[in-house]
Amino acid sequence: MSANAAIAVEYLNVNYRSVQALRNINFAIEPGQLIGVFGPNGAGKSTLVKAMLGLIPVVTGKVYFGDRPLTAQLDRTAYVPQRSQIDWTFPATVWDVVLMGRVQKTGWFNRFSATSKRVAAEALERVGMAEFCDRRIGALSGGQQQRVFLARALAQEADFFFFDEPFVGVDQKTEEILFRIFGELADAGKTVMVVNHDLGESTTNFDRLLLLNRELIAIGTPEQVFTTENMTRAYGGHVNFFSAAA
Amino acid sequence: MLDWLLEPLQYAFMQRSLVVAITVGIICSVVGSYLMVQRLALLGDAISHSLLPGLAIAFAIGANIFVGAFIAGVISTVIIAWIHTRSPIKEDAAMGIVFSAFFALGVTLITVIQKDNKIDLNHFLFGNILGVTSEEVRDTAIIAVLVLLSVFLLYKELLFYSFDSLGAQAAGLPVHLLNSGLMILIALTVVASMKAVGVILVLSLLITPGATAYLLVPRLHQVMLLGAAIGVVSSVSGMYLSYYFNLPSGPAIVLVVSTLFSLAFLLSPTYGILTNPQARSQDSSPLLREIRSLFKRGT
Repeated sequence: MSANAAIAVEYLNVNYRSVQALRNINFAIEPGQLIGVFGPNGAGKSTLVKAMLGLIPVVTGKVYFGDRPLTAQLDRTAYVPQRSQIDWTFPATVWDVVLMGRVQKTGWFNRFSATSKRVAAEALERVGMAEFCDRRIGALSGGQQQRVFLARALAQEADFFFFDEPFVGVDQKTEEILFRIFGELADAGKTVMVVNHDLGESTTNFDRLLLLNRELIAIGTPEQVFTTENMTRAYGGHVNFFSAAA
Repeated sequence: MLDWLLEPLQYAFMQRSLVVAITVGIICSVVGSYLMVQRLALLGDAISHSLLPGLAIAFAIGANIFVGAFIAGVISTVIIAWIHTRSPIKEDAAMGIVFSAFFALGVTLITVIQKDNKIDLNHFLFGNILGVTSEEVRDTAIIAVLVLLSVFLLYKELLFYSFDSLGAQAAGLPVHLLNSGLMILIALTVVASMKAVGVILVLSLLITPGATAYLLVPRLHQVMLLGAAIGVVSSVSGMYLSYYFNLPSGPAIVLVVSTLFSLAFLLSPTYGILTNPQARSQDSSPLLREIRSLFKRGT
């Protein structure tokens, strides 16, 4: 049960309302890497992440984390959904949200331990949000909200992190903090998978890129993935990727 | 004033009513807070309307009406989920279909059996808190202990689930079990409340105290505690109004709690219409602007 387990996705097929959303996805990820998932709108990027975590039903396919199915080891995963999935008017403070990351480690019927509270406080400190502890979650900016969710994921002390479009609507400072911590997690041997909004974001920050458009177009280093052929297959002939990334 | 409050309590039926009023005020507000934050107010309405046929059948065969009502409430949520998952019908439409059908069946059954039984449809529709029996007090107390203990023991899991169900599921929490558990708590709460407020107005006691507290305090457990206080004040006041002015207890309770909500809506330090300068500065609503521009174009 080491943290340094590889992820293997085998023959993943997902349908969304009788339309094939993902077709025969196969890939493997070595531990200790920061992976960016790219592709056009409707390419199935969020669907891929949700299917890997068992949040939506799959037609076929297996996802292994080490030698066991990933869905049997959800206590070792942390997932941050898209901002639009969250009701930001919910009556909860920053502290409440970060402590949610300790619910699984705490166990049924137990109260949060002193260790859990220390881990949560350290996570908030690490994302620079410690002084907002008692603030209502809805009273924060988009970037601050994203950092609170990052702190929640850190508090989970997971081995495999999923972030769905974490850079949408965040400020420059938050983007830097997110990339810095993603890098630190990867250096510590964790696997970090990040779904991205578009190609304008700093793709060079990622160790590996996964290019998707209903099927897997390419996976590899940024240089390997960003070929004209791959981009045309993913985005079609209409989008000039190189000007979009400039 | 004190005499006015204490004098009725010398009667056993008023003591029973007081116990039920306090209990129902607490559990409705606590459980209803989950309905409010999950935007499931309509589901509370659906479950409460769906209780009637179970209640009628239980009465007809001499079984415990709480048990009958609870079974009907659970069956209705199962059918709603079934229609919603097995057809393209959306959840709110499924609720509308199921709860009106159950309600119609319940009213029909009660009308048929009330001809030769001492059962009054109005008491179930609008509440008759002054008429609770000691068995009903006992059942209400059992339900209250069950509900409050569940919420207390599962608080952190239910908070995670109701705030971010996907995140909770991805962390390995059994979200479908939590959701079913929450539905059962709601059904139990509505069953315990039907004698006090009636099935038509119980939604008010589920949603309004929590919504009032939500305008005043920032965290869910605070919303529940303050909501419970508001719920108790409302249901006890409603009980006295019912006693002194011979009103049906449901409408009396609902009028009190709605008044408290109006006060918070106008005067809340953070969200009040009159007290919050931000809310006040938006003097012209988009609707008014559009109507005005229509008239301008006409001239």
